Amino acid sequence: MTRYDDLLSSVGETPLVGLPTLSPGPDVRLWAKLEDRNPTGSIKDRAALAMIEHAEKDGRLRAGCTILEPTSGNTGISLAMVARLRGYRLVCVMPENTSQERRQLLAMYGAEIVSSPAAGGSNEAVRRAKLMADEHPDWVMLYQYGNPANALAHYEGTGPEILADLPGVTHFVGGLGTTGTLMGVGRFFREHKPDVRIVAAEPRYGELVYGLRNLDEGFVPELYDESLIDARFSVGPRDAVRRVRELLDGEGIFAGISTGAILHAALAQAERSIRAGERADIAFVVCDGGWKYLSTGAYEGTIDEAEERLEGQLWA
Amino acid sequence: MAVEVRIPTILRTYTGDQKSVEASGASLSALIDDLEANHPGLKDRLIETKDGAVDLRRFVNVYVNDEDVRFLGGLEAPVSDGDQVVVLPAVAGGS
Repeated sequence: MTRYDDLLSSVGETPLVGLPTLSPGPDVRLWAKLEDRNPTGSIKDRAALAMIEHAEKDGRLRAGCTILEPTSGNTGISLAMVARLRGYRLVCVMPENTSQERRQLLAMYGAEIVSSPAAGGSNEAVRRAKLMADEHPDWVMLYQYGNPANALAHYEGTGPEILADLPGVTHFVGGLGTTGTLMGVGRFFREHKPDVRIVAAEPRYGELVYGLRNLDEGFVPELYDESLIDARFSVGPRDAVRRVRELLDGEGIFAGISTGAILHAALAQAERSIRAGERADIAFVVCDGGWKYLSTGAYEGTIDEAEERLEGQLWA
Repeated sequence: MAVEVRIPTILRTYTGDQKSVEASGASLSALIDDLEANHPGLKDRLIETKDGAVDLRRFVNVYVNDEDVRFLGGLEAPVSDGDQVVVLPAVAGGS
């Protein structure tokens, strides 16, 4: 169906496209789930809509409410769009080392931004948001890192969509941030096609982002369940940038930098499947388009220059 | 046998501010023991004993050649000459 009553009804049901150039061969193929085709251009529309609708259903969220959320960008933009349409005020706590475009989009949708320090990255944003939630008990923090509706959106949407489009799927590769995508899709496949291997790609940032005062300030999202994942790769900005450019050069897909990290893990898996002599249909997530990251400089000049420009930035 | 181990800022007090140190061992567990011999105190920051079981601390992630050791056998994950081991604190990712 391609006609919808309104924008929110069009979230999800994204295309899955083959990668004839980057796939190693007919027996080991890569498939890209184009989540940039969602209304605000990222996979986070699924989680944002689900979290708001669940909060409305259970009565936590009522007309005129203020929503509070720690976000490095995409979830905030998705929430801002839904909040605008449903009449909620949105306050986003966002690390200051995030791209300008993300801030501009949030402002356009009417969200208010509270900046958290670059050092400590999203950890610090989460900590600040929790403090603010204590100060404003009437505000509603949807809290994507621990909200089951986040994972549920992928359990009910992303996972079944991939299985319907690619019944022979052998691997799913997604990005690890809130862990919502991997937890939802992972649980879906564990229940419906348990031989599908679930692979996580985790962005590795510059040292600034890991600048905790002590290890006890570390953070593992409440949603995270290790048993739903089979492998987890850490991918630095150099590989992410290299792959995101290959995706554009080889397949014409203009994706955001985190997708480069996911593609890197998907290609590593493809290599393993070839060595093992096994057939593989590897579905991976294109989280968003590259538009919001043009100002980071990731798409210009040499890989060395791009890597240098991304140092200290929250690029995923 | 030498393996490069990258140390996060927060643990460099144990390595005399070195970003990366060399260690040897056929498993992560042996590697950590070797690290401890040269950089006393580090082991206790990486692993803990909980309910009688020895494991990596909850907020410590260790990667062998960019793959999370928790999916490679944990402390028994095999390590070989020329591998790169990265230690990082667990932090919130992009969202």
